[in-house]
Amino acid sequence: MTLQTKDIVKVGIADLKTVTDPTYYLRTSGLGSCVGVVVYDLSMKVAGMAHVMLPDSTLSKKSEFNHYKYADTAIPMLYQQLIDLGARKFALKAKIAGGAQMFSFSSSNDMLRIGKRNEEAVQQHLEQIGIPIIAEDVGGSSGRTIEFNLSTGALYIRTVNMGEKQI
Amino acid sequence: MSYIESLNENQLDALKEVGNIGSGNAATSLSTLLHRKVDMKVPAVRVVDFDEMMDLVGGPDTLIVSVFLRINGEAPGNMFFVLSPDEAEAFVKEMTGIDNFSVMQPPFDEMGLSALQEMGNILAGSYLSALSDFIHILLQPSVPLLHIDMAGAILTQGLIELSQESDYAIIIDTFINDVNSEREPIKGHFFLLPDPESFPKIFDQLGVSK
Repeated sequence: MTLQTKDIVKVGIADLKTVTDPTYYLRTSGLGSCVGVVVYDLSMKVAGMAHVMLPDSTLSKKSEFNHYKYADTAIPMLYQQLIDLGARKFALKAKIAGGAQMFSFSSSNDMLRIGKRNEEAVQQHLEQIGIPIIAEDVGGSSGRTIEFNLSTGALYIRTVNMGEKQI
Repeated sequence: MSYIESLNENQLDALKEVGNIGSGNAATSLSTLLHRKVDMKVPAVRVVDFDEMMDLVGGPDTLIVSVFLRINGEAPGNMFFVLSPDEAEAFVKEMTGIDNFSVMQPPFDEMGLSALQEMGNILAGSYLSALSDFIHILLQPSVPLLHIDMAGAILTQGLIELSQESDYAIIIDTFINDVNSEREPIKGHFFLLPDPESFPKIFDQLGVSK
């Protein structure tokens, strides 16, 4: 696996990006309790990646907030952007990774099982739209860097101590 | 209105002083622990977005050694003491004499991990007790948690409370610099991340509410 010199579209924390050129890879780095969601239409060569930080926008204490931060707002936006780029709803598939429990105790109620809650929220909102999750690498207690290859549909996952894999 | 996006000059100065006092005390503790002189860089108070915070330690997938403490009490918040793998290993060698300690490949040496956790505990504890005296607010640190993983994965855990209110974090960042020409210097970052509701209390105590 090479993570060096190729065309990378970086997805930041609480961010969302799309690509329509299969020579570009979507990458997000250092997922802990956050969940990386990739949704794509492989034959139309359209893919998007969201880096979701929190499960539900009702947690937001402000009325104006970054919609990419929350699973319930980011996933419908990801879906809409892909459709606008020419993806077909029936062909959309999802792969997800992240949702680790990084800390062995929670510092507060908000942090309680946040990784698991993110994972469940992402699954729920993908299901609501009707996008099947065909592969996932979730839970555990390790950070993950993920990279999506739009020409093959492969999602590479790198961890510090648990090695690399492809789903 | 969130405090984070509307700090004035006096408030920034007050936070800088908070970092100064905390890390000054921590540097003294480290100096005692290592029996030599340890320097401290003037702290920076930064208002950063989450991605910029990761960049401060080399990017979200940089391997870091981190000691995390949750601060309980009247002004709750999170605190990280962050070292690079090299720095952590150098420190363990010096403290314990274990020459082959490595944070790159598990299983990690228990004694080495314990030394790191204890260093984090001592440094963060002395930082917080000085801070507590300065602002006259009781701060109680939790048991320290040691993590060796990607910066993004670890540090975002400290942003969960904050991220419900803002896309920015106020980071009181201090650098501890071990000045010794013969040995590898140990540099460490302190990140103090008060919860959003703690800022008004801290500013009140320091007389810079406005």
